[in-house]
Amino acid sequence: MDVFLQQLINGLTLGSIYGLIAIGYTMVFGIIGMVNFAHGDVFMVSAFIGLIAFLLLTTVIGLSSIFLVLAIVLVVAMIFTGLLSWTIERVAYRPLRGSFRLAPMISAIGMSILLANFVQVAQGPRNKPLPPMLTDVIVLMDNNGYQVTLAYKQIVIMGVTVALLAGFWYLVQKTPLGRAQRACEQDRKMAALLGVDVDRTISLTFIIGAMLAAVAGVMYLMYYGVVNFNDGFVPGVKAFTAAVLGGIGSLPGAVLGGLLIGLIETFWSAYFSIEYKDVAAFSILAITLVFMPQGLLGRPEVEKV
Amino acid sequence: MTALLSVKGVKTYYGNIVALKGVDVEVNEGEIVTLIGANGAGKSTLMMTICGAPRAREGSISFAGRDITGLPTHEIMRLKIAQSPEGRRIFGRMSVYENLQMGAAVAGNTHFQDDLERMFDLFPRLKERLHQRGGTLSGGEQQMLAIARALMTRPRLLLLDEPSLGLAPLVVKQIFDAIRDLNRSEGLTVFLVEQNAYHALRLAHRAYVLVNGLVTMSGTGKELLERPEVKAAYLEGGH
Repeated sequence: MDVFLQQLINGLTLGSIYGLIAIGYTMVFGIIGMVNFAHGDVFMVSAFIGLIAFLLLTTVIGLSSIFLVLAIVLVVAMIFTGLLSWTIERVAYRPLRGSFRLAPMISAIGMSILLANFVQVAQGPRNKPLPPMLTDVIVLMDNNGYQVTLAYKQIVIMGVTVALLAGFWYLVQKTPLGRAQRACEQDRKMAALLGVDVDRTISLTFIIGAMLAAVAGVMYLMYYGVVNFNDGFVPGVKAFTAAVLGGIGSLPGAVLGGLLIGLIETFWSAYFSIEYKDVAAFSILAITLVFMPQGLLGRPEVEKV
Repeated sequence: MTALLSVKGVKTYYGNIVALKGVDVEVNEGEIVTLIGANGAGKSTLMMTICGAPRAREGSISFAGRDITGLPTHEIMRLKIAQSPEGRRIFGRMSVYENLQMGAAVAGNTHFQDDLERMFDLFPRLKERLHQRGGTLSGGEQQMLAIARALMTRPRLLLLDEPSLGLAPLVVKQIFDAIRDLNRSEGLTVFLVEQNAYHALRLAHRAYVLVNGLVTMSGTGKELLERPEVKAAYLEGGH
């Protein structure tokens, strides 16, 4: 019971991060039918932006309030990551729209490699550490020395995720921008016939997805305390798995898939073998694609016309 | 007086296949103009070409005195041209209300409630279905929604592509009556594409016949109704 509870907390924390990244995959797929393979690396870059911003704020400017620093770091990471993703879409994907279907995906793989290599050269290949922060924990249970703890970091991660998802849900469901976004997802030509600037809406989709990934990146950095140029790949593919598991194109599905992948990974590590945790997560991808390609909350391809 | 919509020598291609071979059409303010023709004549292509998707490769299109041939689709529509397109293209995963909100985006929010009420007067069924998903509506209801969505933009020109397609005669009558009322009471300018030539010609002030991407005849609706060629090609076999 105590191990279970601890893993549940850890899994939900990790799952929040995956869910935030997965939304970016699923939104982009929903609107232009493309898997943005560079999204994981955008997430990695955001962690570096967060790290740099954190170090500047604490050492150069000398801010000491940890929550103020965290808030500024989040905003800075969101802005720069949004800009990065906007640029990528303009440079590498938009010119290929209307080309054959695989072209933008190949371009995305190229962008992914470019980002990882750029960070490797610019920041060095080693792990970059973040000074320890928010290290306090709340002990929930103490069972003969095995403590079930809830770290402050985990509270922050889950709290920020919930708040962000609430805001995001409102944006998509209730605002004109969100409506235009959903309209483009269903029928781009009709959206244009109603005066929607489709290119702009697609750009905004990339920016919003990247901003959510930026929050995930800062959270990831804070949670693990280190980041490295290669960290876009595995979390990126796991978040993609989460999007597929939840049903690619479905926003609630991305969040659900993220939480499930986080839980599967942590429970697998606790009860079976930590070495094989990635194998477990990726097996889910293959199993989902074979037996349930529409995912948990996805819709079948065919629609009534 | 210059026409509200003026299409001059427009040629449109799909790849290398020519769909419109030099079409001239004019629609004046306050008119109902119809374009009739067989399946594949290029009627829907002309509607979409007016909206810039696909773009005319030759010729020019002007609206309210402004050349719109090269404008992107969304900018053309923001000049208050609205289209209820072929196949209706309702957003199936949005509610009826949201579909109407999408229409209102061009018009701005100030008149939204008034316009919504007008649509309910015109098509009371939409009020009953307001919170249902567009995809669950019947064909006739979807057609009403497509027209209402176009009207929510407060258009100066309404482009209607085959509003009668696949609908029961009673529903067709209801929709055509609604168009006539809007034209009479509000002076709405309508450009209507139809296969259902009899109804369209009776409704329209003026009409064009499109054959294989070319306009072959034009005149008032009444004149064309009397022409033997029109009768033979488009009106035989009942209506």
